[in-house]
Amino acid sequence: MNIMEWITVCRSDDIVESLGVGALVAGRQVAVFKVEGKFYAIDNFDPFSRANVLSRGLVGDLKGELVVASPIYKQHFSLKTGHCLEDESVSVTAYAVRVQGGLVQVALNSSVEQAA
Amino acid sequence: MSSDRKQKQKLVVVGNGMVGHRFVEQLVQADGLNQFDVVVFGEESRPAYDRVHLSSWFTGTAAEELSLVPEGFYEQAGVALILSDKVCRVDRELCEVVSESGRKVSYDKLVLATGSYPFVPPVPGHDRDGCLVYRTIDDLEAIAETARTAKVGAVVGGGLLGLEAAKALKDLGLETHVVEFAPRLMAVQVDEGGGQMLRRKIENLGVTIHTSKNTQLITDGEGAVHQMQFAGGDVLNTDLVLFSAGIRPRDELARDCGLELGERGGIVINDHCLTSDNTIYAIGECALWGGKIFGLVAPGYQMGQAAVDHLLGEQGAGFTGADMSTKLKLMGVDVASVGDAQGRTPGALSYHFIDEEKEVYKSLVVSKNKKKVLGAVLVGDAEEYGSLLQIVLNDIKPPASPAELILPQASGNVPKGLGVAALPETAQICSCFNVSKGELSSAVAGGCQDMASLKEATSVATGCGGCAAMVKQVLDHELEQLGVEVKRDICEHFSYSRQELYSLVRVGEIKSFNDMLEQYGTGKGCDICKPTIGSILASCWNEYVLKNEHAALQDTNDYFLANMQKDGTYSVVPRVPGGEITPEKLIVIGEVARDYNLYTKITGGQRIDLFGVQVHQLPEVWKRLVDAGFETGHAYGKSLRTVKSCVGQTWCRYGVLDSAGMAIRLEERYRGLRSPHKLKMAVSGCTRECAEAQSKDVGVIATEKGWNLYVCGNGGMKPRHADLFATELNDEQLFQTIDRFLMFYLRTADRLQRTSVWLENLEGGLDYLKEVILEDSLGLGDQLEAEMAANVDSYQCEWKTTLDNPEKLKRFRHFVNSDKTDTNVVFVKERKQIRPARAEEKNDQSIIAKTA
Repeated sequence: MNIMEWITVCRSDDIVESLGVGALVAGRQVAVFKVEGKFYAIDNFDPFSRANVLSRGLVGDLKGELVVASPIYKQHFSLKTGHCLEDESVSVTAYAVRVQGGLVQVALNSSVEQAA
Repeated sequence: MSSDRKQKQKLVVVGNGMVGHRFVEQLVQADGLNQFDVVVFGEESRPAYDRVHLSSWFTGTAAEELSLVPEGFYEQAGVALILSDKVCRVDRELCEVVSESGRKVSYDKLVLATGSYPFVPPVPGHDRDGCLVYRTIDDLEAIAETARTAKVGAVVGGGLLGLEAAKALKDLGLETHVVEFAPRLMAVQVDEGGGQMLRRKIENLGVTIHTSKNTQLITDGEGAVHQMQFAGGDVLNTDLVLFSAGIRPRDELARDCGLELGERGGIVINDHCLTSDNTIYAIGECALWGGKIFGLVAPGYQMGQAAVDHLLGEQGAGFTGADMSTKLKLMGVDVASVGDAQGRTPGALSYHFIDEEKEVYKSLVVSKNKKKVLGAVLVGDAEEYGSLLQIVLNDIKPPASPAELILPQASGNVPKGLGVAALPETAQICSCFNVSKGELSSAVAGGCQDMASLKEATSVATGCGGCAAMVKQVLDHELEQLGVEVKRDICEHFSYSRQELYSLVRVGEIKSFNDMLEQYGTGKGCDICKPTIGSILASCWNEYVLKNEHAALQDTNDYFLANMQKDGTYSVVPRVPGGEITPEKLIVIGEVARDYNLYTKITGGQRIDLFGVQVHQLPEVWKRLVDAGFETGHAYGKSLRTVKSCVGQTWCRYGVLDSAGMAIRLEERYRGLRSPHKLKMAVSGCTRECAEAQSKDVGVIATEKGWNLYVCGNGGMKPRHADLFATELNDEQLFQTIDRFLMFYLRTADRLQRTSVWLENLEGGLDYLKEVILEDSLGLGDQLEAEMAANVDSYQCEWKTTLDNPEKLKRFRHFVNSDKTDTNVVFVKERKQIRPARAEEKNDQSIIAKTA
């Protein structure tokens, strides 16, 4: 069992609604999104283009699932689980996020699925 | 050559007109070149061209555009094409042909496709200077030359070709007369009522018609070059006489070598198009089948196919006659004739409909027992042509009161005609390319579910285009049969097409995505509907794209106002209107590129692209560019990219207008306009077309009389030659026409649909587009212009606005919580510039970095 280690990334109003930002969290590149006031974090690295770009993708929902579309080849990744909707064998890591005192915090050592 | 196979036979084709050329294409398509070495003779200096659309030469279509021969076709096929050399003799004993220049070529099989010549009545004076014919491009050049000093022109012949010729004289600016021997126009194709309505409509266009006139002498004129004297004493003074009174088969070669001819000429052929010599075929207008000459191009093509089948020993349908029904636009007037248009079948009954207000005439001919439709004439409105033709050809039983087939419908009634459902699978829909309803059905079932893909797969509607409306009906019907609901919804969040969304935004004056979603959508939106609606909002209201409520709608390129490359870095393209740039500005670009170590490349649109800019560098790079007077080039947007130009009249010895100046004006007018897809334009200073305007969405070519406007061209993946849209425009007319054209495209196109595909799918095609834009048939002109004016007035350079807005600049960094940069972005040098490192190179570098 892991103890969650929360790392502060930015203030909650540093992220504009329905957009993402890139963050450097203990040396790892993470994309953090704000959708309808809630926060989500997944890897910033796009496994298809092998570039750190997911924070700059468009967010939305497909059949009820919150997703970001890679700005390079347009595959969709679930914001909650990191799964790629177009290719089951591909996924990125999704991270737990919380807001504490107006600060957005990400926990690296525990992916969302492990925590769930 | 090929010793492993039996020797190829030698095939000689005499004539490189429309039919002669199509024959070679048909042969190539059937792999006939495995069996034959082919030599083609043409007496004209040009390879085959489109005689059907000859009159468009006078409105700016260049001779090269009329060509039917794709660049390199004969070379690639390995077919020898000998031009400017007329075959003057066929020696059937030696099996060889002899040309005027003395070439002798032997043959195993010979195909005569010598065509026809214009009939010139043997009136005394017919051979005076300035008495011309209308058949070849050389003829057109002679007509244009004579017209330069002429005021009045007269066409002898009021048939189909005569009226085409009259259009040419009208386009040349002459006072135009048509002199017809028969009591009415187009006596072969239409009945008396139709002829009267046609006359009325053509006279309204300013052409004087003289019927029942028998020209007896052409002599010196009074106040004009010639005087035509008619039986009965009337005269007509004119500067130019153009004979267009029918055609006669060119059968002299056949006559001299003793082939069987018809009593009044024409080379007699059988169903395989074989002449009386079984090594010699004849096809097209020189051939006589069943006692008839077929003066249309489609039957000629059918003969070509029959000859190919027979030559290759294939089972084919042969040539068994052809329907001579026609539909055409003469001087903008729709005229159609179907089957027994004149009601010559014994006992035939006819129905007539005349609308004097709209100047429409229709007649329908049925059999005595009303069980069979025999023919029809349509003047002024030929919409029913397709369905009437199918009814006649397929012997479909008419409704109990057949007149319904031509009577206008009160609004709200079911559509007239019997519908495509009633047609058999064998019904020929496209006569130019012989495409049947069955072939269309299987193409639709095979996945061609719009007009553009259907055209590409079957060639349907790409010849004369007369069947387009019918094809659309078949397409819709087949889709319905397949249970394909024609869904145009852009995504799961909006059950609307882009066109519908556009009008919802416009009409409802909706200003934000959230309002659209709330009123018309479901869910949160996605990467399809967000940019689409973002673009529509920008087309309609032209607000700053990074304004808070619009920012999250933009693709990364639109958000960061730059083009993302494969490694996540961006490229930057400053606007260089018309490709014109001062040395000082060029130096600034060079300095910026040097200081930031950017890969630098000249684009196809006469601009400079700077690659390898990281997200945090974008504002710094742009600050320097904007300070030096540059503005954004919108290379990232679905919007106007560039207006390419040549230097034009200012420097070039051939230029006739200031093309660079016009390109700059156009670029400054339409810059920033958000549209369904990117837009490219070009302006050429003369018809040499150095700016390649005919491959652009909007192409402008200077002529001595003004600007010619071309639309809906495309390069790239699916090249499309632009269509000539309007001619001889002055500057204001050019802007007005393009304003309307672009706003109509913005209003009606699908998402990511370039103008080329949009036009291919537009019901009614180019003619409809011309009506809407040039004739304002929908009454939209003022509105479209006002919409464009609002866009032009509210233009802003998005980069300048962004640089002035510290809040917006915040997102231009790779990490929200660090000033570090992306270590995954690695460049290596190649040809003295940077390029993104490949994966294996990155690994090497990291090893180097660790050991260092």
